[in-house]
Amino acid sequence: MKSAFTKPKAVAVTITALAALPLILSGCGASPAPGGGGSVSELSVVDYYNNEPDKTIIGDTLAACGSQAGVTIKRETVPGKSLIAKVLQQASSKTLPDVLMLDNPDLQQIAGTGALAPLTDFKISTDNYPEGILSAGTYKDKVYGLAPTVNTIALFYNKDLLDQAGVTAPKTWDELKAAAAKLTSGGQYGLAFDANATYEGTWQFLPFMWSNGGDEKNIATAETAEALQLWTDLVKSGSVSSSALNWTQADVNDQFIAGKAAMMVNGPWQIPTLDKQAALHYGVVNIPVKDSSKTAVGPLGGEVWTVPQTGNKARQAKAAEVVACMNSDENQLAMAKARNTIPSKSTLAAQFAGENPKLASFTELVKTARARTGQLGEDWPAQATKIFTAIQTALTDKANPADALKQAQQG
Amino acid sequence: MSATVQSRLHLPVPETKNDAGLRRSGYRRRERVYQWLFLAPAVAYLVLFFGFPVVKNVAMSFQDYTTGTFYTGEAPWVGFSNYVTVLSSSLFSTSLINTALFTAGSIAGQFVLGLGLAVFFKRKFPLNGILRSLLLLPWLLPLIVSSAVWRWILDKDSGALNNFLESFGIISTGIPWLTSTSLALAAVVGVNIWIGIPFNVTVLYGGLQDIPDELYEAASLDGATGWRAFRHVTWPMLRPVVSVVLVLGVVYTLKVLDIILGLTNGGPANSTQTIATQSYALSFQNFKFGEGAAMGNILVLISLVFAVLYLRVNRRAVDE
Repeated sequence: MKSAFTKPKAVAVTITALAALPLILSGCGASPAPGGGGSVSELSVVDYYNNEPDKTIIGDTLAACGSQAGVTIKRETVPGKSLIAKVLQQASSKTLPDVLMLDNPDLQQIAGTGALAPLTDFKISTDNYPEGILSAGTYKDKVYGLAPTVNTIALFYNKDLLDQAGVTAPKTWDELKAAAAKLTSGGQYGLAFDANATYEGTWQFLPFMWSNGGDEKNIATAETAEALQLWTDLVKSGSVSSSALNWTQADVNDQFIAGKAAMMVNGPWQIPTLDKQAALHYGVVNIPVKDSSKTAVGPLGGEVWTVPQTGNKARQAKAAEVVACMNSDENQLAMAKARNTIPSKSTLAAQFAGENPKLASFTELVKTARARTGQLGEDWPAQATKIFTAIQTALTDKANPADALKQAQQG
Repeated sequence: MSATVQSRLHLPVPETKNDAGLRRSGYRRRERVYQWLFLAPAVAYLVLFFGFPVVKNVAMSFQDYTTGTFYTGEAPWVGFSNYVTVLSSSLFSTSLINTALFTAGSIAGQFVLGLGLAVFFKRKFPLNGILRSLLLLPWLLPLIVSSAVWRWILDKDSGALNNFLESFGIISTGIPWLTSTSLALAAVVGVNIWIGIPFNVTVLYGGLQDIPDELYEAASLDGATGWRAFRHVTWPMLRPVVSVVLVLGVVYTLKVLDIILGLTNGGPANSTQTIATQSYALSFQNFKFGEGAAMGNILVLISLVFAVLYLRVNRRAVDE
């Protein structure tokens, strides 16, 4: 009798232990990072530079800034697409890292939750940053994030193809249409851009919309309709492949490299890939504007560094030191050069453009570049969705540009 | 007389209340405890990984759940307003129709091709086993990989499919498979059919193996071979398996997300937008978690209808 009972008892104990396992495990996972004041020897950092060469460049700069502040850096890189999900999860379990990198259009969304500390609390200087860059890092009049380097988009052109066709790089919309038409023949398109159903499509359209006086607050305007009409004309005339509706910016770059597009709208981060093609000779100019009376306005890209509210003042102060160091003049110049981006501070622009002639036109563009969230803040994602919806509706001929924008604006 | 009344009323009968009875009732109670202990892991698992998310999602759909909620924990109750917003959006009817077309098209294609292949592989021929296992390949590839490859195959200008068709002179200009509002949904359905065939073949082939050969022998003596054998022997015998395959297929297809995101991201101009992709976009791109949850719950409800159908079909199959 006794021996018959010991076996099930052992099983029962095991089962109870197993059933409790998830609870025990989740208990362990949720335990917050060690708190308390005193000396800080280690800082946790989360960013999305998970590809080379950016991973090493950022990692080395972080490590150097860490040792300057007297701490070691424990860094975690996550894929870009999962960063926000990770940050939200960490915010709810109160396990935010000491230093957090965010893509600039996401900053206001996260700052709005109250999870970030204003950088002015730590006396970090925001002098010499252009208006656009500061507005991307600002939420309700306080600066929460600073970007060491920024970027924007411009028009890349294939010098050989343009020379063969006897075309010069276009400056106005009419010139762009004429050049694109002339450069289109056989399997080659005049121009490639990204009009896909994501924020990337919106981002590529913004310079056309903004330089013509369009505004993201209300897209159902004549100015924005003119810009969308330009894109529609380019696709309908066959100068741009209708595949643009499903291309990413990387696809656009591939088309350009393969010689299937003579011009493209893209950013400086493609330069390393382009430079690997020995046979490819390319130039970069501003994205064409409607007529010479208009000035080019690009969208501002780049990642900002922030100090989350971890509740530990000593750690936050050290984290602020690291963020300040990441944004120092030397580090801005070094990272910009290594990553083919542009240093944020306007005081560094002239020196940088002189040393890196390939990035000169981008350096010029960044000065006037506008932040996507500058006006709308947390409401930007909804409006950005409306913009790419309108683009897709017009390019697939479901409605003319003006109607497509009106429908999208009404939601 | 009194003893029978007592036993009928389950009253304790004094005579039987001896030591043996006591030991038995103690044993029974212990047995009860063990039964619960054996159930506990399954119950804990269900509550943690199914119950909690479902309850949380339902609660979320009645709340103004934003990014801020994750940090502050504050999410005011808003009643049915998320459902009203989602249902009255102009995109809802498009998504609903697309979901229906996507599901119906995928299931029809997967089932017909799957059944055809299953019947084909029932014959004995060399390399049968190898070919049948190769057929499982689409199932083994990560969806993100297959959708990336298909996106390239279906490209208008340099895609493999258009190049193939052009080289045979079937078409003169590239077909915009993924960028035409009239073709994109069909193209996405086509890719989903390719992905779903292995599941259909595997289950239907298993069902075919269970049909006794004697039935075919008897049928052939009666003159029923080929199509008539299929119509009068295979089909009736396969019916229970068929219902299971179809209902499971519907539930799996309704929630397809990654393939559509990988191929078109819901475009062009929302022509491949389904309830699943809409729910994803609302929650994770627009950060409107409440509306995303409401959309998700609508999808869960639709799936539930088919899940109940599945349970009923399954029960009938068991009864038979």
